[in-house]
Amino acid sequence: MDINFTAEEAAFRDEVRAFLKDKLPEDISRKVKEHKRLGKEDTVRWQKILNEQGWLALHWPKEYGGTGWSPIQKHIFEEECAEAGAPTVLPFGVNMVAPVIIKFGTQEQKDYYLPRILKSEDWWCQGYSEPGAGSDLASLKTRAVREGDHYVVNGQKTWTTLGQHADMIFCLVRTDPDAKKQEGISFLLIDMNTPGITVRPLITLDGEHEVNEVFFDDVKVPVENLVGEENKGWTCAKYLLTFERTGIAGVGQSKAALAHLKQVAAQQISNGRPLIEDPHFRRRLADVEMELMSLEMTNLRTVAAAEAGGVPGAESSFLKIMGTELRQEITHLFRAAAGPYALPFLNEALHDDFDGNYVGPEFAASVSARYFNFRKLSIFGGSNEIQKNIISKMILGL
Amino acid sequence: MDFKLSDEQRMLEETVGRLVRDTYTFETRNKILESEQGFSADVWQQFAELGLLGVPFSEEAGGFNGGGAELMVVAEGFGRGLVVEPYLATVVLCGTLVDKLGSDQQKEALVPAIIGGETRLSLALYEPQGRYEHNRVATSAKKDGEGYVLNGEKAVVINGDSADQLVVIARTSGAEDDRDGLSAFLVDGNAAGVSRRGYPTIDGLRAAEVVLKDVKVGADALLGAEGQAIDALEDSLALGLVALCAEASGAMEVACDQTLEYIKERQQFGVPIGKFQALQHRMVEMRMELEKVRSITMLAACSLNESRELRDKRLAAAKAQVGKSGRRVAEEAIQLFGGMGMMEETPISHYAKRIVMIDHHLGDSEYHFGRLESLLDVE
Ligand SMILES: Cc1cc2nc3c(=O)[nH]c(=O)nc-3n(C[C@H](O)[C@H](O)[C@H](O)COP(=O)(O)OP(=O)(O)OC[C@H]3O[C@@H](n4cnc5c(N)ncnc54)[C@H](O)[C@@H]3O)c2cc1C
Ligand SMILES: Cc1cc2nc3c(=O)[nH]c(=O)nc-3n(C[C@H](O)[C@H](O)[C@H](O)COP(=O)(O)OP(=O)(O)OC[C@H]3O[C@@H](n4cnc5c(N)ncnc54)[C@H](O)[C@@H]3O)c2cc1C
Repeated sequence: MDINFTAEEAAFRDEVRAFLKDKLPEDISRKVKEHKRLGKEDTVRWQKILNEQGWLALHWPKEYGGTGWSPIQKHIFEEECAEAGAPTVLPFGVNMVAPVIIKFGTQEQKDYYLPRILKSEDWWCQGYSEPGAGSDLASLKTRAVREGDHYVVNGQKTWTTLGQHADMIFCLVRTDPDAKKQEGISFLLIDMNTPGITVRPLITLDGEHEVNEVFFDDVKVPVENLVGEENKGWTCAKYLLTFERTGIAGVGQSKAALAHLKQVAAQQISNGRPLIEDPHFRRRLADVEMELMSLEMTNLRTVAAAEAGGVPGAESSFLKIMGTELRQEITHLFRAAAGPYALPFLNEALHDDFDGNYVGPEFAASVSARYFNFRKLSIFGGSNEIQKNIISKMILGL
Repeated sequence: MDFKLSDEQRMLEETVGRLVRDTYTFETRNKILESEQGFSADVWQQFAELGLLGVPFSEEAGGFNGGGAELMVVAEGFGRGLVVEPYLATVVLCGTLVDKLGSDQQKEALVPAIIGGETRLSLALYEPQGRYEHNRVATSAKKDGEGYVLNGEKAVVINGDSADQLVVIARTSGAEDDRDGLSAFLVDGNAAGVSRRGYPTIDGLRAAEVVLKDVKVGADALLGAEGQAIDALEDSLALGLVALCAEASGAMEVACDQTLEYIKERQQFGVPIGKFQALQHRMVEMRMELEKVRSITMLAACSLNESRELRDKRLAAAKAQVGKSGRRVAEEAIQLFGGMGMMEETPISHYAKRIVMIDHHLGDSEYHFGRLESLLDVE
């Protein structure tokens, strides 16, 4: 057993570090580190830089313009990006719909959409959830009826992340209402500019506009936008959901956050001395650090198993739960570190163009908003309860 | 032993309950939050008319002569409706401090005006480097002829943005964290040298950063004896802690009720999600946290006349419990609501925010655990 990177892996890590040092724009990483709200432009700018390097499409095979990297390489890359304060790549196009198109799409779909995704020409969003279909995704009702060479779509999607910027949405729609739940569903690509689509903002409890409702009223979608076979959309959906996501544990994000938290705790004064010297606070930092070590090794074990050819299955549910709980705990400690200055809430101070004065220390401006916003981590992407159900069934055989 | 409310206390509970139910709806509250001053002058007048602003004051002064239990009943009712009006600042913290320390003249000038809803006050106590330590006060008050000159900065002064008068805790002698040497001064909110930067808080209140620069006050601004405000201040803070715990208790009760209702209604996989045992047990645990908070709040409310040490021990325990249990209930409520719990338009998110953030008012659970540790041997 050897937990160290091999010489090649270490060399790869150094290459990634050098790239990030050289190419990650300082203004963007600063916003990420200061927890400012990123605009669409920031994400697109960074994606273009990655694409120039050929490092945008981590999970695609080489022939489509992907990296063709091994699981360990992807892991190293994602960790380094997170620690350096790189923004998250918009997952919906490059990491979600693209692998589905590569696996199930027609040649025309591949030729048209994949290059556009690489060049960040289309901003994608995910149309899975509906008001009545959250955890129970297969109960979705949005209806698509075939009429000649197009489908007519009616219904509603909700919680659509960053749908306000989107050019395209991939949707699960019901094409056969009489079939068993999972069997009458199809996977459709829909242009957001089609007449009949309305996007309405949903404001989250931290005052952020991050999610939307998307309404479909007699929306005509060409049949060539169907991915895979009609009524076989669930296969695509499952493929996407179980699609290898090395980054799900968020180890890099937690490491970066913990480092920042320690820095903050060294500056804050409690009882006349630095907060980091307060034995209680220090113990809580130690607790988080311990959990992070355990998570990191669990993550690495999963990555190594994938490297050896294993298919990561329900194990990623462990990582989702452990990773999100840890990230949430860190936001709690940030809030605690801010003391009474966790209370002031200047929404404008969270925007990148804020040039006013902060109330209290600058780091405190975002702590409570982030704490509340991060409650989403245990809800979306398959809630932590659903992950536990998966583990019970798939791993424990209950 | 008797846990029943007296007739008078029950009337008080009903009065607040009716007011909150009938006039303080979620929509009304949202409008109040968006308004310029962040609370409703109408609602404040209703408080006055119903006698709520007089709860802790003596009957001679026109008050209700209430103690911890009365305050608890009122604050619980406010918690159920997430009331944002400046009751804690004006009545509980400043009002009782004036009542305790003030001369007859000062009281005559202020107490009836507080009870009548004409004057609002705010306690300018904590400082930027002091976190939750109420005796870590660097703001100075120097003798200047008959009066004093005040200099310093006060942090996150709740309702300090709109208060007519500030009760400023300043140091007239001693080192920065001495208990002795603290004095309380009445300072007009618009006095020369007072600058206030107002802002909203994430739990729906308003606060201000207050800077005092060469603020001149007369001798009649001093409340009580010079340098000896600490005991009265701690008495008022004790009442404040009871009010906050009770408010949390009321808000947690509603959070539990709303969550229970939601998991009975929300259908997934063809059944109400409340049918899943995984969620049933979580809901049970939320209820247990609520019961603990209710109980320890009663203990705190009934301990105000104990020895200072015992009182402080129980108050520290209560506030620490509220911080711990409150976080748990708020997080679980959001989780059980799923995506709906994350929405600004869902009332539960507002309850969750207030319940979590109560931990940042008058000392968080860590701070109060610390106090409790130091009072562990008190019986
Ligand atoms: C910020 C945010 C962004 C999102 N972005 C997107 C997006 O871009 N696209 C998209 O399609 N969706 C998105 N979602 C939706 C997300 O996937 C759903 O919120 C999630 O699937 C949960 O569904 P729900 O909210 O309807 O909760 P529900 O399914 O109603 O769940 C409510 C509670 O019940 C629990 N529960 C449900 N079933 C069971 C069970 N069988 N056993 C035990 N417990 C159970 C849940 O864990 C949860 O605690 C987003 C959500 C959020 C909050
Ligand atoms: C020290 C001791 C003293 C005792 N004294 C007495 C005595 O004086 N007289 C007497 O009659 N009995 C006595 N008992 C027996 C005791 O009442 C049983 O142990 C108890 O009822 C549990 O039954 P079980 O041990 O068969 O466990 P099980 O019922 O088999 O339970 C095993 C586990 O499954 C859980 N479980 C079971 N059903 C559910 C469910 N529906 N949902 C969720 N979880 C569930 C249980 O909580 C437990 O964790 C004693 C037991 C102990 C340990």
